[in-house]
Amino acid sequence: MELINASIIEIAEAVKTKKASAKEVATFFMKRAENLNPKLNAYTSFNKQAIQDAEAIDARIAKGEDVGVMAGVPFGIKEMFCTKGITTNAGSKILQNFVPPYDATVVARLKKAGIVITGKLNQDEFAMGSSNETSFFGATKNPWNLECVPGGSSGGSAAAQAARMCAGTLGTDTGGSIRQPASFCGIVGVKPTYGRVSRYGIIAYASSLDQAGPMVSTVKDAALTLEVISGHDERDSTTSQRKVPTYSKDLSTNVKGMKIGLIKEYMHGGLHADVQKTVDQAISTLKSMGAEFVEVSVPMTEFAVPVYYLVAASEASSNLARYDGVKYGYRAEFANLSAVDLEDFYGKTRGEGFGKEVKRRIMLGTYCLSSGYYDAYYNKAGQVRRLIMNQYRDAFKKCDVILSPVTTSPAFKIGERVSDPLTMYLNDIFTTSTNLAGLPGMSVPFGMSADGLPIGVQLTGAHFDEQKMLNVGCALEGASSVKGKTPNV
Amino acid sequence: MIDKKTIEHIAKLARLEITEAEANEYSQQLGKALSHFEQISKINTEGIEPLVTPTEIEEFWREDIAKQEFSPEDMTANAPSKAGNLFKVPPVV
Amino acid sequence: MYRGYEAVIGIEIHVQLNTESKIFCSDSTQFNAGDNENTSPVSVGMPGTLPVMNKRAVEFAIKTGLALGCHIRKKSVFARKNYFYPDLPKGYQISQYDQPICEHGSITFKVGEQSKTIKITRAHLEEDAGKSNHLGDFTMINYNRAGIPLLEVVTGPDLRTPQEAAEYGRTIRQIVRYLGVCDGNLEEGSMRCDCNVSIRKVGDERLGTRTELKNINSFRFVEKAIEYEIERQIDLVERGEKVIQETRLWDPDKNKTFTMRSKEEAQDYRYFPDPDLLPLVVSDELINRMKSELPELPIARKNRFVSAHALPESDAEVLTTEKDLADFYEETAIVSKNFKGAANWIMTELLRELNSNNLEIRASPIKPMQLGQLITMIDKGTISGKIAKSVFPEMWKTGKDPEVIVKEKGLVQVSDPAAVEKIVDEILAANVSQVVDYKSGKKNLFGFFVGAAMKASKGQANPDLVNQILQKKLNG
Repeated sequence: MELINASIIEIAEAVKTKKASAKEVATFFMKRAENLNPKLNAYTSFNKQAIQDAEAIDARIAKGEDVGVMAGVPFGIKEMFCTKGITTNAGSKILQNFVPPYDATVVARLKKAGIVITGKLNQDEFAMGSSNETSFFGATKNPWNLECVPGGSSGGSAAAQAARMCAGTLGTDTGGSIRQPASFCGIVGVKPTYGRVSRYGIIAYASSLDQAGPMVSTVKDAALTLEVISGHDERDSTTSQRKVPTYSKDLSTNVKGMKIGLIKEYMHGGLHADVQKTVDQAISTLKSMGAEFVEVSVPMTEFAVPVYYLVAASEASSNLARYDGVKYGYRAEFANLSAVDLEDFYGKTRGEGFGKEVKRRIMLGTYCLSSGYYDAYYNKAGQVRRLIMNQYRDAFKKCDVILSPVTTSPAFKIGERVSDPLTMYLNDIFTTSTNLAGLPGMSVPFGMSADGLPIGVQLTGAHFDEQKMLNVGCALEGASSVKGKTPNV
Repeated sequence: MIDKKTIEHIAKLARLEITEAEANEYSQQLGKALSHFEQISKINTEGIEPLVTPTEIEEFWREDIAKQEFSPEDMTANAPSKAGNLFKVPPVV
Repeated sequence: MYRGYEAVIGIEIHVQLNTESKIFCSDSTQFNAGDNENTSPVSVGMPGTLPVMNKRAVEFAIKTGLALGCHIRKKSVFARKNYFYPDLPKGYQISQYDQPICEHGSITFKVGEQSKTIKITRAHLEEDAGKSNHLGDFTMINYNRAGIPLLEVVTGPDLRTPQEAAEYGRTIRQIVRYLGVCDGNLEEGSMRCDCNVSIRKVGDERLGTRTELKNINSFRFVEKAIEYEIERQIDLVERGEKVIQETRLWDPDKNKTFTMRSKEEAQDYRYFPDPDLLPLVVSDELINRMKSELPELPIARKNRFVSAHALPESDAEVLTTEKDLADFYEETAIVSKNFKGAANWIMTELLRELNSNNLEIRASPIKPMQLGQLITMIDKGTISGKIAKSVFPEMWKTGKDPEVIVKEKGLVQVSDPAAVEKIVDEILAANVSQVVDYKSGKKNLFGFFVGAAMKASKGQANPDLVNQILQKKLNG
């Protein structure tokens, strides 16, 4: 087993059976990560304890202890997740030095399963972005082409995983932030059903949309990671009490007789030629495997982007009110604190601590919730959101899984879209409706552009029906022409 | 375009100190975004209850048991300024 | 009464529910903890933390709502009230806005001899904020209080006088103490009273501009503050000026209200449903269970003491001030089978001792069973009322049963006619000249013989018997 291509499952197996030590695995990935990071800027910080943590796992295995299904697997964690004792900054200056005394629930579960944290991964500030260009810690580069964005907001996770700077990563997805970077970087990214995975300890961007999920190299790894992190959490009232299926064990590539939906409203063309080709190829591949395609209609997806940005910005404007320089995080410098007016105290701290995109969205959200505008904006958006969910529910009466593009084009160049926020927002046209409806979604690498940039295919499942979605993903993965391809970093 | 006065009011509500240049920029950009949002106004949503959280409602209430999981030192360790275990801020009227 | 004007008053009372843990996290709610000792990432508003509802807070809210005659909403919603203040860790307070858990209730109470009924518009759950303390040139923030559950009870604009307002407050306090959901301590802040006051010309149907009065920490001050504010507003209007809608604080030293906000901006709280908390769905089963757990409420209990125990209303009023006191009384009455007796002993002897020792009735060294026993002993003639009065302090001091004390001290009343006769004979024999004087007309010497017999028996002779036997021997 060559570590550089090893899957999570392979590594865990090797470490558990002592064919490899957690220490050598961790050392390999840490070295690789440290070497590549100056080029890619995927990591914002490295875990200084990584090797010791790995040694501790080896020691427990030597004693005969069961260290978990991810024994010794080096994992990178997006900055959005609170990691006890390790700086957690959400890609922002305002949390630059924040060291949480607690782990996010999903991090704790992964640690219990035996992972070794390699470090924290770069992201768009407060997960607001689709290119990783809004991070206070600089842009991350796409390992396939250093001039291109890796996608966002989980750009660091996608780049690190694609460049094999770790064996698995965690990302968050609010409007596509796992799926889009996964597609841009040629890896597997899964966003679970809303409520499947705990949000406790995940820095909140938009509470009713955020979900955490695996960004890894294989569908089976994604299935296993999902199993480990999923399940009810008594610290998160929005988690489901439904039992967690054994996704990895029940994974199957048999799609015979499965009904796969194609959203009518997405078929108007306008896709980059290579993206269209990839999607067409995915359809014919699945057809050859015995799947049936049906047309479904979700007309409200036309309004997914405005509804998403409206709802997300509104919730974010409230979620980010806690960053005020009082309890933790950045505080502006004042010559004489005792003479500072409270409003100035807040205004300067937040004005200096937040980046432009974040401030823009806070302003937008504040406006949409403000007196006189609430009904027309926030409340109306909520109503349209229900229509979107209802229409998806109807669509899933006719099909098992929906297939669609992830984005209209492959990864764009760094700096290409930053100047016009609205253009950036329209990137998310195929991914936002999934979060609005609370459905599970994933991106599977399936094609490549003429200039060597990965293109993923998106699968969307019905509520809590991740298994079917993962199965189709697994089938596609197996038949993918880009299977095994890695970037030349 | 959102007028400057509104931008200043919103910035104040959100406690964000913005420069003159930023105010102008936001005025443009917010205006554009809001125009984009306006398209939802024409959708017929009569009788539709807004969707807040896309989950099934399952009751989950905690038992009323007190727990001490952190020390005051843990809680104030990240404070930008403190006195003992109290958070220190400018004098509040 | 007010120079041709009428006062319109509404009260908002924040009741701090005395649960063990906070409303949305498991921090302790214990009073007097060290600085920021009762905190955790959730209550300090750390990144990524989420609220989880406390079951008991819901139960207390339902109980209180039911006691106030409210309709309990099957589905109520939590909303975020967004504003910035250092004692508000998240930058928003989780409260309830347009779908509160309790609504449309009412409460009837007495103001002097008059009965007054007030509408309870709503009662909703929310979290308390932290505390700011000014220290030198800075403000220090302590989040121990942040997250403690509050039930905000809001009346309609139905009150008309400061006295009514104060009585309303006292009634709510009594009810929440009866329910055991709050100790109703205005001074310590476990109950907070904000008053909305406006005036209008008598006969005018429209409502005047109202001001909100805060920082009132006693019911006496509720009356004073409202009284002051009414006059202040009338003065303004008479001068042709307008009443400004604002928050005013009560200054107990200067006996006036003063404006709190220097800027007049109305706050825009941008309420929206909190996506971290699903709607609060309450079952019929839960509501019925809470209904069955409700204790008899103070006014109903008072009325029952009057009608079923034949107690005068004033006695019943005193005995039902606190639930513990009413419980003590009833238990004593059941043991002694003497309602008035129990009432008297408690209101005179027991309350006196409790008050002078600054004790709550719960801490009384004398238990209802024991007091009941004492009363029974009097009623049976085992001891006299006078002897009982000396047994009582012994019971208080030692905590022993009255039967034990009476036995130990040999205080059993002598009611055996033969024994009493023996004592009387001894007295008469020892006071022959007085007997002669009595028989020759000095009838007022009778008291002398009674006194001598009581003294000789150390007060234990049954006075009625002494009387009877003396009468027979002297007159018969």
